[in-house]
Amino acid sequence: MSALLFRDLRLAFRAGGGFGLGLAFFLLVAVLVPLGVGPEPTTLAKIAPGILWVGALLACLLSLDRIFALDFEDGSLDLLATSPLPMEGAVAVKALAHWLVTGLPLTLLAPVLGLLLNLPAESYLWLILSLLAGTPALSMIGAFGAALTVGIKRGGLLLSLLVLPLYVPTLIFGAEVIKRGASGADAVTPLALLVAITAVSGALLPFAAAAAIRVNLR
Amino acid sequence: MELLVKDLAVQRGGLTVLEGVSFSLAAGQALVLRGANGIGKTTLLRTIAGLQPKAAGELNVPPETLAYASHADGLKATLSVQENLRFWASVYGTDLVEDALQAMNLTALRNRWAGSLSAGQKRRLGLARLMVSGRAIWLLDEPTVSLDAASVALFAGVVQGHLAQGGAALMATHIDLGLAQAETLDLTPYRATAATIRRTDAFQEAFL
Repeated sequence: MSALLFRDLRLAFRAGGGFGLGLAFFLLVAVLVPLGVGPEPTTLAKIAPGILWVGALLACLLSLDRIFALDFEDGSLDLLATSPLPMEGAVAVKALAHWLVTGLPLTLLAPVLGLLLNLPAESYLWLILSLLAGTPALSMIGAFGAALTVGIKRGGLLLSLLVLPLYVPTLIFGAEVIKRGASGADAVTPLALLVAITAVSGALLPFAAAAAIRVNLR
Repeated sequence: MELLVKDLAVQRGGLTVLEGVSFSLAAGQALVLRGANGIGKTTLLRTIAGLQPKAAGELNVPPETLAYASHADGLKATLSVQENLRFWASVYGTDLVEDALQAMNLTALRNRWAGSLSAGQKRRLGLARLMVSGRAIWLLDEPTVSLDAASVALFAGVVQGHLAQGGAALMATHIDLGLAQAETLDLTPYRATAATIRRTDAFQEAFL
């Protein structure tokens, strides 16, 4: 298991691994929005939580099809399926690797971009907490979508269509945590729901994704 | 450790391609599958490897004794030769990387990126992965594609050594490896005819 994790991380950081892709996209969104919306500090502060979450979500979406497509193309998915690793475990590990390469760096970068968007000072803690709790769900749900579309050439469009509706609850609760945190209201409830989404998807989706891959490999 | 196949039928894309295939493979034996293109050699190997369900018949083999090598070598272009093998060694829980590098004549290339290898060298690395698995029964799909004569001989020696150590090999190949103990199974008589082709029901078909 750990061998697969380290292999995926190593591949991500090597040339063509796509490590910086999501981060660069996130940065672009956060830099371009103030230019498009105008530099009004109150407007920016109001839309900042939503923009940061939408940016993180789309940045995550960008690299989803790589989770299994590359392994499928070079045949290593076949070999993994016949190896002693349980497919469910392999899926979970690959989702974890995806999170370590996209979700975690996004979470760490978000406070800096919050500064650009004039995010109120009391929101930073909630921003980090919500992304930390929510982005693993994005990776896991995304891995499930990638498993469903593995083997389809240029399946990126189908993947986005499948995954976007599943991302909506995470997005709503994630942005809600920051909004409530900023206004001093109770932010723990949406945060708890966010953690619940992550926990449930982490517990169930590896099995669904593994089943989808087995069917797609036939 | 024995591979026992009885009256096996295999399907590709929902249609039966081979049926009534029976053979057994014991330790120290090698079996070469022959047959025209498209007859179902790969499908048979994939079914035995557990990648697709069998259509009918019996397939008796402990899955933890199998190692499958497909057309594709499953190499990562941006990992070195050594890193590629180390990964599979830790997946299978063995430490045979050095042996495999030596056996497939890859020691000099160990630090090269797999992406910069020639087609034949990639194939040799793909076959070295089999050795690293430490599994007893090798399922080989066209193992000699893009290998030069010297490498074919090298590989034949490796298979010979594997058989001598109590392993077994089932391979689909058109080239004679010159293995003394290899038997040949021609798949032509097992080709499914129009009358016997079983169509899968609509529900199953949705998952193909």
